[in-house]
Amino acid sequence: MSKFKKKSSAGQPAISTASLPDIVFMLLFFFMVVTTMRDTSLMVENTLPSADQVEKLQKKDLVMYIYAGKPSPRYAERFGTEARIQLNDKFADVDEVQQFIFSEREQKREELVPYLITALKVDEETNMGLVSDIKQELRKAEALKINYTTRKGDAADNM
Amino acid sequence: MAKRDAPEVNAGSMADIAFLLLIFFLVTTTIETDSGISRKLPPWQEEEQEPPNIKQRNLFIVEVNSNNELLVEEEAMDISNLREAAFEFLDNGGGVGDEACDFCQGAADDESSVNPQKAIISLVNNRGTEYGTYIAVQNELVAAYNQLRNREAERIFGVTYTEMENAYNDPNYNGDKEALKEKIGAIKDLIPQKLSEAEPKS
Repeated sequence: MSKFKKKSSAGQPAISTASLPDIVFMLLFFFMVVTTMRDTSLMVENTLPSADQVEKLQKKDLVMYIYAGKPSPRYAERFGTEARIQLNDKFADVDEVQQFIFSEREQKREELVPYLITALKVDEETNMGLVSDIKQELRKAEALKINYTTRKGDAADNM
Repeated sequence: MAKRDAPEVNAGSMADIAFLLLIFFLVTTTIETDSGISRKLPPWQEEEQEPPNIKQRNLFIVEVNSNNELLVEEEAMDISNLREAAFEFLDNGGGVGDEACDFCQGAADDESSVNPQKAIISLVNNRGTEYGTYIAVQNELVAAYNQLRNREAERIFGVTYTEMENAYNDPNYNGDKEALKEKIGAIKDLIPQKLSEAEPKS
């Protein structure tokens, strides 16, 4: 009986996977940090047009979103294929825009109200008629700061 | 009694759990786009306003019809030429005396704008115009303004206008923000963005 065990030389040693969870956790944290949860589910098609003269919106809590576009395929049967406005989680008519702006304003602190920006997320195939109707309503509601949300890219792709 | 070791928890499935979470986050989240072209709407006016008297030469009319075709100063134009045309109009500097533009490098054409402070770009679109086209046109017009502003900012302050704006909007910028704001204001006064939008024709 010897004091030293002979090293077993049977095959190659297995690669240790003990650090695999660490790597996966690292990825997990990365995705958790860089992504934001969408607070409303989209009910309209929303392919944004591209532009290259863009400014970044700074404070996310000061942004009100108005979506517009054709209803998604699963809503198309009920709401038709004509482009519509989506406010929060439901379809809306043009005359509901003002009400929406007022109720959004009420949720914000009073001193922040002048800094509110309305972001228009409009599908690129929407007709300008609907967009200018929205703009008229925003003017009436005195929500004058707007931002046409776009993707970064060459504007000529939209044509 | 023999001392018993506490049994080790098997951590082999930790990776699986983490993967599950990872996939969940990958699927449910979307990186939201939050950049775009910022505009300011004119305040609402109840009655029809008397249109101000603007000389024809200071007006650059861009029309878009329902077939997404461009009509610039009553001539058909391709979107790729719009930026250059708008820039030439802004930079024309055809003014004399009080209206002279001391920094313009344009052709000083008698038919085009006197100076960038007087120059107005008017965008008329049709209700049937596609939004994508509208954004493309807006983008080109804003680009023309930015091009001129960049040139002047570079000449006066040695940095381009877009760089100054980016620095100003950057929360981590550790220079003098007030001075930067003044510089931006100076350029904005020099070359105001006068982009008017008429109500769409049906």
